[in-house]
Amino acid sequence: MLAWTIYISFIGVLVLMLLPREAARAARIIALLTAIAGCVVAFAGAVQQPDPGKVATIVKVPWIPAIGANYFLAADGISLVLVVLTGLAAIAGILFSWNIEKRTKEFFAFYLALIGAVYGVFLSFDVLLLFVFYELTIIPKYFLIARWGSTRKEYGAMKLALFSFVGSHLVLIGLIAAWVVARAQTGHASLDLLELSKVSFPLGFQHWVFPLVFVGFGILAGLWPFHTWAPTGHVAAPTAGSMLLAGVVMKLGAYGCLRVAMILFPEGARMWQNEIAALAVIGIVYGAGVALVQRDFKFVIGYSSVSHMGFVLLGLATLNTIGLSGAVLQMFSHGIIAGLLFAVVGRMVYDRTHTRDFNDLQTMQLGRLLPFAGVTFVLAGVASMGLPGFSGFVAELQVLMGAWKVFPMATLLAGVGIVVGVAYTLRALQKAFYSDSAAADKSGHDHPLEPISMPERIGAVMLITASLVIGLFPGLLLNWIQPCLNSPLFERLLKGGLQ
Amino acid sequence: MNYLQILQLAAPETALAITVLMVLAVDLIALRGESIARRFGTGAMVSILGCLMAAMLAFTHFERGNLLNGMLVVDPQTDFLKVVLLALTVFTVLISTSGKFTEHVGEYLALVLLATIGLMFLISAEDLLMIFISLELASLSLYILTAFNKRNARSSEAALKYFLFGGMSAAFLLFGFSLLYGLSGSTNLPQIAASLAGRGLDPLLLVAIVTTVIGFGFKVAAVPFHLWAPDAYEGAPTPSAAFIASGSKVASFYILAKIMTLGFAGAEGSAVWQGYVSGWTPVIAVVAALSMVLGNLTAIVQSSAKRLLAYSAIAHAGYMLLGVLANTPSSHSALLFYVITYALTVLGAFGVVTVVEAATGGDAMANFAGLGRRAPGLSLCLLVFLLSLAGIPPLAGFIGKFLLFSAVVGTDAEHLGLLWLVILAIVMSAVSFYYYLQVLKQAYVLDAAANAPAIKVPPATMLALVLLAALVILLGCAPGLLLRFL
Repeated sequence: MLAWTIYISFIGVLVLMLLPREAARAARIIALLTAIAGCVVAFAGAVQQPDPGKVATIVKVPWIPAIGANYFLAADGISLVLVVLTGLAAIAGILFSWNIEKRTKEFFAFYLALIGAVYGVFLSFDVLLLFVFYELTIIPKYFLIARWGSTRKEYGAMKLALFSFVGSHLVLIGLIAAWVVARAQTGHASLDLLELSKVSFPLGFQHWVFPLVFVGFGILAGLWPFHTWAPTGHVAAPTAGSMLLAGVVMKLGAYGCLRVAMILFPEGARMWQNEIAALAVIGIVYGAGVALVQRDFKFVIGYSSVSHMGFVLLGLATLNTIGLSGAVLQMFSHGIIAGLLFAVVGRMVYDRTHTRDFNDLQTMQLGRLLPFAGVTFVLAGVASMGLPGFSGFVAELQVLMGAWKVFPMATLLAGVGIVVGVAYTLRALQKAFYSDSAAADKSGHDHPLEPISMPERIGAVMLITASLVIGLFPGLLLNWIQPCLNSPLFERLLKGGLQ
Repeated sequence: MNYLQILQLAAPETALAITVLMVLAVDLIALRGESIARRFGTGAMVSILGCLMAAMLAFTHFERGNLLNGMLVVDPQTDFLKVVLLALTVFTVLISTSGKFTEHVGEYLALVLLATIGLMFLISAEDLLMIFISLELASLSLYILTAFNKRNARSSEAALKYFLFGGMSAAFLLFGFSLLYGLSGSTNLPQIAASLAGRGLDPLLLVAIVTTVIGFGFKVAAVPFHLWAPDAYEGAPTPSAAFIASGSKVASFYILAKIMTLGFAGAEGSAVWQGYVSGWTPVIAVVAALSMVLGNLTAIVQSSAKRLLAYSAIAHAGYMLLGVLANTPSSHSALLFYVITYALTVLGAFGVVTVVEAATGGDAMANFAGLGRRAPGLSLCLLVFLLSLAGIPPLAGFIGKFLLFSAVVGTDAEHLGLLWLVILAIVMSAVSFYYYLQVLKQAYVLDAAANAPAIKVPPATMLALVLLAALVILLGCAPGLLLRFL
């Protein structure tokens, strides 16, 4: 059933392509219906899955028998979390791009193609198939940004496309090598993730191939120092583009790190644990520090994404149950919150004021002109800071608890990152919305801004609710994540670490 | 052996030769006063019917045969490759029907078919003499096809360059072949290998290997023997360039792999990392590595789409040479899969360039601006072809790369000795994404000049392009359809 999330999205693409050029309204509605259908299927499929700890096969048919590739879709609890996240983010992204007037149907066609490919990555249990869906995301990303973006959009789009492509090619080298070694060891060719995870690759091999694959995926997860695509890409992208980039695309990278790199090469993960943690913490502190001094509102959010994704990577590096479950929860939480932050900056503020410069925004008193945007940003901001009650708190707390057992020093530094996070969020909030500087009265904004529209309100409420629900009842997701981590698939990865 | 048997085994080639005469005759006798479009239409119809006939004959061959000690070898694989060549010819003919570059329609089509006959004989040859003769039959036709646009000086220049380089490479080949004959006393590939076996690598054999690689290096446009390719591709009428890049590539790579693996069996040497043993594989490894690096890096700075495709062809020749040097059954079939899908893809890409060139008057990058709006179907095809060349899944180009690279690494699973070449290939293919994306950026991101009209695509060309794009997607999603023949 879950496989229909993929098919529905691509059917939506086809329908949109057949629409006449002028039918902008129809295109929006079809896109929204497709996304809702995908989300409903994702929820229903997730709820129906009897035991999230087990990998439930959805479909498995031979694809290229010569190399042992199958069309193998399946889901375990971690897939479920991310599939549900994708469903929510897809709907929200469409609600916040309701005002796209330029080539509407092409925009939504690329958008849905991206969504379909993302579902595909989260549901693939064949390494080649996962890779296929992973690379399939690159093209729609590129065109969404290059065509509908702002601020150096062609540069940002090309940078993102090249970073993604280089990353995926690092992964490809690792996969081919792993395939060859596994075939030599077991005597038959296989690209099945579950089968490959049982192969014990030689330690020397894991020592070089793990960092290759991990960094390859990590590039897309904003791993410092390969994160530089993220701020430029996010800033250049249209609102829905940055929402999806931060909301789900960065998760693709983190998911690949966990699902492929760490599951296939657990000993390699242990060898490089410290280095990953170090890079993750640098990412947390650096991202937060840079966000603190930005003049462009969107860059603040862009760098904050790097910082928050650092927590995901730190959680992965702990190699213990609590850290990993925190990492997965943080993927979900950041997907929701970052989406919301980008929606406020890109759609609610930039589309109306046509500026993201704090110096200009300061003079506008947006808190008064756009109270809904102000309140939304306050809520999203406190969620992003990690205030208890929102999803970010549970997630980051778990990551820090997991990390404390393994790297106390790094954990302290990550704590510094959180403090800086509070600072840049408050600074952005104050400068953009609640500045009471004298300049505000002098220049005053004469023509009134277009009021916040209904789709925006619905989208904002939906995302805030999701973050609150998970913050108050983290068990909803943890019940999916934790059985998974105790399953045999993760046994080799976790058995050496502290429990 | 009697003549009937020869005729049976060479039935597809014979049918095609008759078609050549028919095309010439029809054009000469019946269509003298007609318009060029009409003559192209009728001529193309006859040629395509001939190709289909020949393909049917090739498909219904059930016997294996080996005539005159390797002069004409027929087995299911050569039959299948001939069908592939015929299909490529059909697509080339379809693409050229919209051309306005010549009044000599009958001659043009006849030469395309003659080149195909040469390539078909080449595939069936296991004898040095026969290889040389069929190679020359194909090459001479291709030289003339390159020069066919008489009104354009670039076309003549390109043809002259191609001809001089080609003649030189033929000389190298003959020199290598004569050494081989002198060393072994035979012109038959398996017999050469048998008599060379156990002799060790004497210097003369090494010279023979190097000159043979040089000769074929020219044919497949591998660095450092590639200099003719960009000029020839750019100057030649685009359909001719398409055929040089597709049909001739398939046959050349097949025969190169055959000579190397059959004729030089026992003199492989080794190109593995830190395990170098001299032989023919290290020679190919060097050429392959240079082609991948230079082809991709030079393609980045091109502003003409045809030159870009030429440099990308050089890079792809580098990847394919990896398949030759890996020298295992699985790498052989991966090589064939790669070269066939590459030929389909590049033929399509040239087809799109043909249309754009006819509509906008040039093949510079800027001429592609706004193509997404001016010709949505055409630019969708272009998207498929270029992404496949870049190796984006789920298109045929990606599967080809995966099969090829995994087969190459798999040859030395113990030490992953050939991984260094594959890493180089993969890194370089990441570079290639940049320049393919530049073309697509023109088509989909930038806008055409305000008053640019929609581009009308001739129906025959559109049919060919849609079929090619569908094949590229289909073979990417279900590679088994092709793999079971290889």
